Amino acid sequence: MIDDEEKAGLPVFLERRSYRRRRLHDAARLLPVLGLLGWMVPLLWSVDSAKAPASSNVLTYVFLVWAALISACFLISSRMSRNERANQDTEGGRDGQQ
Amino acid sequence: MTSFNALLAICLAYVFFLFVVAFVAERSAMQGRVRWLRSPVVYTLSLSIYCTAWTFYGAVGSAARNGIEYVAIYLGPSLVMIGWFWAVRKLVRIGRSQRITSIADLISSRYGKSNFLAMCVTIFFVLGTTPYIALQLQSVTLSFEVFGLAESVSGGGDPKTRTAFWVAIGLAIFTVFFGTRNLDANERHHGVVMAIAVEAVVKLAALLSVGIFVVWGLSDGIPDILERIDASEIGIWQVDGGRWAGITFLSAAAFLCLPRMFQVLVVEAADDAHLRTASWAFPTYLLLMSLFVVPIAVVGLDLLPAGSNPDLFVLTLPLSQGYEGLAVLSFLGGFSSATSMVIVAAIALSTMVSNHIVMPIWLRLTGVGATMSGDVRYVVLTARRVSIALVVMLGYAYYKLSGGGSALSAIGLVSFVGVSQVLPAMLGGIFWRGATRAGAIAAVVTGFSIWTYSLFLPSLGDGVIFSAQMMSQGPWGIDWLRPQALFGIENIDPLLHTLFWSMMLNTIAFFVFSIISFPGPIERLQGAQFVNIFQHSASPRSWSAGVAQTEDLLIMAQRILGAADALALFEREANRQKVSGDLPEPTPDFLQVLERELAGSVGAATAHAMVGQIVGGHSVSVEDLMAVADESAQLMEYSSRLETQSAELTRTARKLREANDKLTRLSVQKDAFLSQISHELRTPMSSIRAFSEILRDGRDLDGAEQSKFSSIIHDEAIRLTRLLDDLLDLSVLENAKVSLNVQRGRLGDLLDRAEAAAASNADGGPSIRITRNRDAEDVWVQTDLDRLTQVFINLLSNARKYCEADDPELTITISQKDGLVRIDFVDNGKGISIEARDMIFEKFARIGEQKAGGAGLGLAICREIMARLDGEIVYLPTTKGAGFRLTLPLEMALAAQ
Repeated sequence: MIDDEEKAGLPVFLERRSYRRRRLHDAARLLPVLGLLGWMVPLLWSVDSAKAPASSNVLTYVFLVWAALISACFLISSRMSRNERANQDTEGGRDGQQ
Repeated sequence: MTSFNALLAICLAYVFFLFVVAFVAERSAMQGRVRWLRSPVVYTLSLSIYCTAWTFYGAVGSAARNGIEYVAIYLGPSLVMIGWFWAVRKLVRIGRSQRITSIADLISSRYGKSNFLAMCVTIFFVLGTTPYIALQLQSVTLSFEVFGLAESVSGGGDPKTRTAFWVAIGLAIFTVFFGTRNLDANERHHGVVMAIAVEAVVKLAALLSVGIFVVWGLSDGIPDILERIDASEIGIWQVDGGRWAGITFLSAAAFLCLPRMFQVLVVEAADDAHLRTASWAFPTYLLLMSLFVVPIAVVGLDLLPAGSNPDLFVLTLPLSQGYEGLAVLSFLGGFSSATSMVIVAAIALSTMVSNHIVMPIWLRLTGVGATMSGDVRYVVLTARRVSIALVVMLGYAYYKLSGGGSALSAIGLVSFVGVSQVLPAMLGGIFWRGATRAGAIAAVVTGFSIWTYSLFLPSLGDGVIFSAQMMSQGPWGIDWLRPQALFGIENIDPLLHTLFWSMMLNTIAFFVFSIISFPGPIERLQGAQFVNIFQHSASPRSWSAGVAQTEDLLIMAQRILGAADALALFEREANRQKVSGDLPEPTPDFLQVLERELAGSVGAATAHAMVGQIVGGHSVSVEDLMAVADESAQLMEYSSRLETQSAELTRTARKLREANDKLTRLSVQKDAFLSQISHELRTPMSSIRAFSEILRDGRDLDGAEQSKFSSIIHDEAIRLTRLLDDLLDLSVLENAKVSLNVQRGRLGDLLDRAEAAAASNADGGPSIRITRNRDAEDVWVQTDLDRLTQVFINLLSNARKYCEADDPELTITISQKDGLVRIDFVDNGKGISIEARDMIFEKFARIGEQKAGGAGLGLAICREIMARLDGEIVYLPTTKGAGFRLTLPLEMALAAQ
């Protein structure tokens, strides 16, 4: 019984981990798209001097997007580094990235 | 006021400090301590050469003029680094596995190692970077001017230009010292990277200090500064949407394509871990660099007198408030930005120029291969030094031509648009296998032409290259060719105008030419390798795979060298490395030794590819594969040559053996003949002697007896004479002293004569029936008839003597062909055994123990006669009994006598 569980448990664990890793890569790919969308929002704003937003607001918005992107990127890449180290510990060998 | 000398001393001290940093870094790299040199932080900081003096001074200027637009210049690179998983990761992996040394190298490698393409790209990059270097000269010159010191530079002429000139000279010398101290195969410069990282810290610290001073020193913190921003002339959002998007795109493109960025981003990168850190750390650096730009601009506009140059607010603001120390720090920040940019740009460009322009030309002119290492190293270094000087001086020339008038950020953007022209070819090359060399060349040439025509040359200023009239009315009055209103579309921002047209036509040319052209084999293989780099290259972790890797190497080495030799080699290396166990560490030294050992067995290229595959540092490039194929072809040719030689040797040996056999048999026959001939001579001689003694002593012999004995003596004497005649005849024939008596005669008559003569010979053996076809014998021949008859007689008496059939029969057949007559004599006996056949025509040859007398000279004489008559006699191996074929010409050429 124990043998069976071990046999059954290991591949599931590995599969789930590689599944997580692939989703992490998806997130890394998605991030610049979000960033681009966020930074192109000011294009929608009016430049008519009566209705145009104040520079300070624009500046705050741009830097907030920036900070959010950097934090998300930091989270993703530190998760990636952790995966990488865990991989090295358990597998030791090589596995195809991507 | 800080004096000129003090400022100069500060600059020199700073440069000296950078030298020390670079020197120490290089020393520790040589001692193998690259760990801290290669840390992700250093990598991230080295990327900061994106922020040049243009950023340092110009961003504030741009903000003061156009408001928030300046920030778009940082948004592009931030997006590229945040999206490192798309392009940068792939570029770095390709760069490492293909040993890429520059962006021109990348492009040319992808498109089938095309040197023409590399040359084009290099020339365009030199052109595209020139305005940028001019920009650095201009900013340093301006910053000197701020301290009011430009005039202090002694000498005549325009003081600004003189300052720029000396700065250019200084930078060139500085770069030559920094960048070409040695040649590294991977084009990695530990010292330079370290110095740049230090400069990155200096410029960030300088800008942050000024920013903090402005926000908390000159204003009352953040809320106050936000209010001041809104109250200023750039207080509301009035950014042109096209420029916002366009500049974001442009800065992203330039970040990937600028030669200096490629140098630090790809060439100096080590692995994915660096990129993971840089992906968030570099956007953070950019955020910090741009954070205080608007506050400085707003406060500068507020406090400084109207009309002062906003590009220099970073310097003038602290100076005007009397904070000279801060101003000097800010000056050093700008100086750092300028120097680091010029150094890396010049190194990157000089690598390209020397690798893709100078070396190919030099090698072609001198006609030497790349095997002469020492000499070439010297040439490469000289080429790099000269091209560094050239690049910097070109920047100076641009500065002088453009008059140093236009705003900093405008010049920088001109350069950005120029280098971005490589983007379609580069991205297309790494993502699309269908991209071809023709497409890349078309794209790059189209893009750069449009850029040169519509942006670069006009940027030099009115009347320098293009006259004002041409700008407003087009060349030769052609309206739609106006440089800044191509195809008649007017009133677009010149930068956007060029960016739009060049990138669009560039990309279209790239796709169209790629689709209609056909790539060469190397190009297709390289394309597959570049696009599918993650399938081809090993995981980066295998760099540190350690012992497992050594085991792989051992397994491979055993297969090639044999188990004992491989183990001995590994043990020897392990001992030398002083490692316990039999497995050495896979150090470069060891790998080199192993590769050399393997190369002895399988060829250098194969060995390199095999070791490379296991060590995983580099994937096997197409060139490696071609070299392997080449080596195998050579090996195959060599072995086939060996095979031919050995076959030839075998043939020769067989012939020798045959000749030896023949000689042995001949010698045996000669011995047999000698005994035979002495026997033949002795028999008649002894009977002659015996009977002559009887005649001498026997007085009582009657007449009948006397006559009987005398006739025996007579017969024996005749036999002796005949034997001697034969011998004489043969020797005459063999020495070619015989004279032929050529006459015409009918074959039938000759055969009749021969038959009669053979029949008359009493001791010729039993009679034989002769079958002839009299009709076919009606052939006239012109030859020596007596000799021919002699041959016939010989053959007839042979048949009589040796045919062992119960009812002996000889068939004579005559046929003609091509002026030759063939006469076959075939009997119905047992024939001649195979082993005896090649001997029967030899002198003294006799088959087996002969019952009938004869010295074995008959056929030898026949052969000699037939040779004299221009014919031949051969044994017919296909007939049942013994068969001989005579072949002779119908008309013997008289000249043959």
